[in-house]
Amino acid sequence: MSVRPTATGARPDEPQAMSRRLRLVQVGPVAFRIDLRMAARVAFATAALLALGAWGLTLGSFRLPLADVVRALLGSAPADAAFIVMGLRLPRVLAAMLVGPALAMSGAIFQGLLRNPLVSPDVIGINAGASVAAVWWIISHRPPVLLPVVAFAGALGAAAAVYLLTWRGHISGARLILVGIGAHALLTAGTTALIVRANVYEAATAYRWMTGSLAGSDWGDVATLAAALALLVPAGLVLMWPLRALQYGDQTARSLGLPLERTRLALMAVGCALSAVAVSVAGPVGFVAFMVPHLARMLAGPVGGGLFLFTGALGGLLLLGADLLGQHALPVSLPVGVITAALGAPYFLFLLYRTNAQM
Amino acid sequence: MWSGSPARVSRPAALLLLAGALVVVALLSLRVGSIPVTTADALAALTDYDPDSYTQTVVRTMRLPRTVIGLGVGAALAVAGSAMQAATRNPLAEPSLLGVNAGASFAIVAAVYLGHMTHPLQYIWFAFAGALGASVLVYGIASAGGGASPVKLALAGVIISALLGSWTTALLLLNKETLEVVRFWLAGSLAGRSLNLLPPVVPFLAAGLLGALLLGRQLNTLSLGEDAARSLGMHTGRMRAAVAGLVVLLAGSAVALAGPVGFVGLAVPHIVRAWVGSDYRWILPFSLLLGPALLLGADILGRVLARPSELQVGVVTALVGAPFLISMARRRRVAER
Repeated sequence: MSVRPTATGARPDEPQAMSRRLRLVQVGPVAFRIDLRMAARVAFATAALLALGAWGLTLGSFRLPLADVVRALLGSAPADAAFIVMGLRLPRVLAAMLVGPALAMSGAIFQGLLRNPLVSPDVIGINAGASVAAVWWIISHRPPVLLPVVAFAGALGAAAAVYLLTWRGHISGARLILVGIGAHALLTAGTTALIVRANVYEAATAYRWMTGSLAGSDWGDVATLAAALALLVPAGLVLMWPLRALQYGDQTARSLGLPLERTRLALMAVGCALSAVAVSVAGPVGFVAFMVPHLARMLAGPVGGGLFLFTGALGGLLLLGADLLGQHALPVSLPVGVITAALGAPYFLFLLYRTNAQM
Repeated sequence: MWSGSPARVSRPAALLLLAGALVVVALLSLRVGSIPVTTADALAALTDYDPDSYTQTVVRTMRLPRTVIGLGVGAALAVAGSAMQAATRNPLAEPSLLGVNAGASFAIVAAVYLGHMTHPLQYIWFAFAGALGASVLVYGIASAGGGASPVKLALAGVIISALLGSWTTALLLLNKETLEVVRFWLAGSLAGRSLNLLPPVVPFLAAGLLGALLLGRQLNTLSLGEDAARSLGMHTGRMRAAVAGLVVLLAGSAVALAGPVGFVGLAVPHIVRAWVGSDYRWILPFSLLLGPALLLGADILGRVLARPSELQVGVVTALVGAPFLISMARRRRVAER
């Protein structure tokens, strides 16, 4: 199989590919074609994300001028400012900048794989799997350090179960969605059963976790996220070409020499892992995985590696923005999941209305 | 399922059998629980109540209310599910999948939080309003543009439920007292409900059940599809609106009484259809009896499984019903429609 990974994912015979400004980049035996306009978009979104992050570091009950923040980052600030920035604010900001991309990229993979623009990992049982495991961990007073690991295991377990239950010789997108919704209901019922048996304080902790919150993110979380993304983002990039081929239909993909089910399994695995690692740190933050891939496609065109990165940057922007909004803009501080849900649902209505004719 | 059996009973006889089974389940619901009660005591508590007998008091004050409420809730959910599936021609139409539970839950939590209500009699009206709002929203969204395909409907339901669920959680996080008041209600339960809840709800429940039962023939026509129904002279728009009104009465009553209980409205119509065929003049009365039998069965199961404590009936129906949904997605051609 002579698949050349291309950064745009565009096929050479596509007329629109000709109109883009493409540049061939040779790295050893692999040639990439870089879409310059897309590269500019990715760079711009990343710069905006970094700027928002820097601004976020100045916000809080103790306001710091940007100059102090920069000094703290460089290590030359007074001890109190250095502690506020490096010890308190930076881990949370970085966590948002990593959780957002993980969720958004996971959503992009699932929407492409299931060929349904209305789907996201949160509705097909993955987050519910993380929730039931995490709530069980919370109410049975086990070491909170391991909570992310348990949530991660729950998410992957649920994803594996949904995959196996959908399997009937092959994976069908519509069937997977319905099986996933069933699994979601089942696991949510399990969570409810656990919460009802807990005392009110444990129940409140469980609810807080289930809403999705970045409060209390620490450097350990940041390290976990960074390591996972360093592994999963390249994997996702490599899978963008097969994903694009899948979108042309099974027939076409097969005639291109793609091993269909193995490709789907690989995509599912990367999508689940991205979602699971995000949920393990922040809890099941809703609607980011669903919303951001649409925004990215709307702003930047068809599936491809560049779009994948752009989606990630937008995800970071959305989640960081929502977290700053929830922390500082309202009279009470709200978990980030409440903000993303409030933003996501109206967007869903709009989208459903618009895509209805095609479904 | 049963239609292939050689010793076929006629439908009226089967209906009678089902009624008998329902009586047995209701009796079990009076007997089974952490405090054992004999059949004689259970019956005596109904006919010849002796307030000095401990077990009879248990039956009278705890088991009887939950059984009676379970009968009403089960009937309402099952009949609502049948009517919805007929009117929408959608095998996944069901109160909880259409966001009714999430809407009612959010409305109640908002009422408890903002209005400082503590008694179900105060907040049941919010359950009605929330159920109405959310179901109209979800069905409207799913059917905007083209028709509401099963997958679209399920997605719209689960996403609106997610939104309302997150708002509900936000309110609960702001205030621990609210959490303590509603968290048992949010699981969906027949336990601890007083019979005082019934009088305000019964008129709506009765109107919904009666109306749905009388519409059997019209639902048959509607289930043929838009074009066929119209060519038979039916004002399909008006008829759908009437059915939607009945469904909200039924589902709202059920949520007001028991909280969010899912999957009864999904499973019962499918089981009944496999049993008696596709004539809604039969499907509706069978659902009316099978719904409460299943719901009380689930409630009894919840008492037995988690002894000496118990599992809320909404948890049991989801634990049993979600696999039903999964097997439907696998077996039938629901997903391919």
